[in-house]
Amino acid sequence: MARWFPDGMPQPMADAEALPWWEAASEHELTVQRCSDCGHMRLPPAPVCGECQSFDLHLTEVSGRGEVYTYTIVNRPIAMDQQVPFIVAVIALDGAPGVRMISNLVEIAPEDVTIGLAVEVAWEDMSDDLAIPRFKPAGG
Amino acid sequence: MGKAQLVGVGESAYAKWGKIGDVTEHALACQAIVRAVEEAGLSMSDVDGMTSFAEDRNEGIFLAAELGLAELRFSNMVWMPGGGGGCAAVANAAMAVEAGQAEVVVAYRSLCQGQYFRFGQGGPPRENPTLESPPPTVQQAANPMLASLGFTMPYGLLNAAAAYALPTRRHMHLYGTTSEQLGQIAVTFREHASRNPRAVMGQRPLSLEDHQNSPMIADPHRLFDCCLESDGACAVVVTTEERARDLAKPAVTVMSSAQGTPKGYAFGPFSNASVPDELYATGATESLAKRLYAKAGVGPKDIDVAQIYDHFTGCVLMQLEDYGFCERGEGGPFIESGALAWDSGSLPTNTHGGSLSEAYIHGLNHVVEGVRSLRGESTSQVEGAEVCLVTSAACVPSSALILGRS
Ligand SMILES: [Zn+2]
Repeated sequence: MARWFPDGMPQPMADAEALPWWEAASEHELTVQRCSDCGHMRLPPAPVCGECQSFDLHLTEVSGRGEVYTYTIVNRPIAMDQQVPFIVAVIALDGAPGVRMISNLVEIAPEDVTIGLAVEVAWEDMSDDLAIPRFKPAGG
Repeated sequence: MGKAQLVGVGESAYAKWGKIGDVTEHALACQAIVRAVEEAGLSMSDVDGMTSFAEDRNEGIFLAAELGLAELRFSNMVWMPGGGGGCAAVANAAMAVEAGQAEVVVAYRSLCQGQYFRFGQGGPPRENPTLESPPPTVQQAANPMLASLGFTMPYGLLNAAAAYALPTRRHMHLYGTTSEQLGQIAVTFREHASRNPRAVMGQRPLSLEDHQNSPMIADPHRLFDCCLESDGACAVVVTTEERARDLAKPAVTVMSSAQGTPKGYAFGPFSNASVPDELYATGATESLAKRLYAKAGVGPKDIDVAQIYDHFTGCVLMQLEDYGFCERGEGGPFIESGALAWDSGSLPTNTHGGSLSEAYIHGLNHVVEGVRSLRGESTSQVEGAEVCLVTSAACVPSSALILGRS
């Protein structure tokens, strides 16, 4: 199992709305929240649909492909033993119009990152119950 | 009932992060408030309201008791952490006096981060993870906002320099904005600070070359694209038109105020990467700006001087577009034209030096400078200035004021 970030990275925090997303992630399922009534999709998950105010919401799996919408290259370590620079990117997810998520780019040099780059999810198992979706160049 | 008036300003000494160790953040808040009330020619028993923002650690009800207010009739803390609520704190004070809820309200902000913990660390320093540490897992979030930040923190997006780099990088991609254009903002504000004895960086000249050679913090943000971290406090006294008539200083009118955020924005680049595409590379303050101008009955051309919240240079640039000083995407060339410079530019901006060079008091010092610039007291005074725009942190829920010479 590939590891790119140290154990000491900040751990996710979740409430009851967000926890199922992290539980799916632990099974390497990348999901977005979808409204059962109007189909609107969003991240992070919320208790109510912002388009039709339905409370009938569920998580739906997406392909894990997407493209880099914007990014930054961070030169200050966040955790002990962390290598810098590291890349934080906003990923526009395929199959979920308008939905973007914050993540990291791995398996790519900072100088090669461009907006519009096609990427795919790369799971990092931080422990038995925690997997973090990072992204790497598609087909790489 | 007429428009609310700003009748007194006050501040503690400003210093670099961690340099004020002998006076508590709490005492600095009291100092700034006492000085602002004295400057107005009022006494503390005249004060009956308190407002602040950004989860100031000094709640109005406690300060009111300590300062000896005869009766507290209004106290209000604007939404959530962050500097977006500074002008809103003044606006809430103005609304309170206009609505007759209180007569003399003080808006204040005290910030001595060195006495607590630094922004961008997500809390107190973490212990060095050891072999005995439990394996990483999902933690219980103490509130929904932290659950939302759970979607950013595991990726190391903890500090503001990285979060606000995201919209700025996209702006550069869309419009060709350059690092040199961002640098010119920092250089211009530093030049303004050189005349301001309060400015923490007043004695430290900055060239564009210095900016370009400064270390990259979070691309495209170099060190000098990032605001200072400071210790200090400031305060502004707000009262009614009637009460303002015979006070010590010329009053400044709150011509209009606006606060808020567009649909779906939440905490912007920190928490919600899915904001509408057309808003992502903006300060998310365009709709707020329209409301603000309409209420004041003025437009961008009427603004004589501006105090624009400068957490990061890119956020200044995007606000210049939002507030209509140039077209969308034209912020870079607008800055290159020298527009922001006192006293040759078309829009002298941050005449005190801003958060990049005076001090980082979460932008309430921009309101203080707005008042001074309309009284004729700025150290980079725009001659005959009658209308001043003051903004609070953009790319997150924000607020702004248009101030006028009374
Ligand atoms: Zn719906």
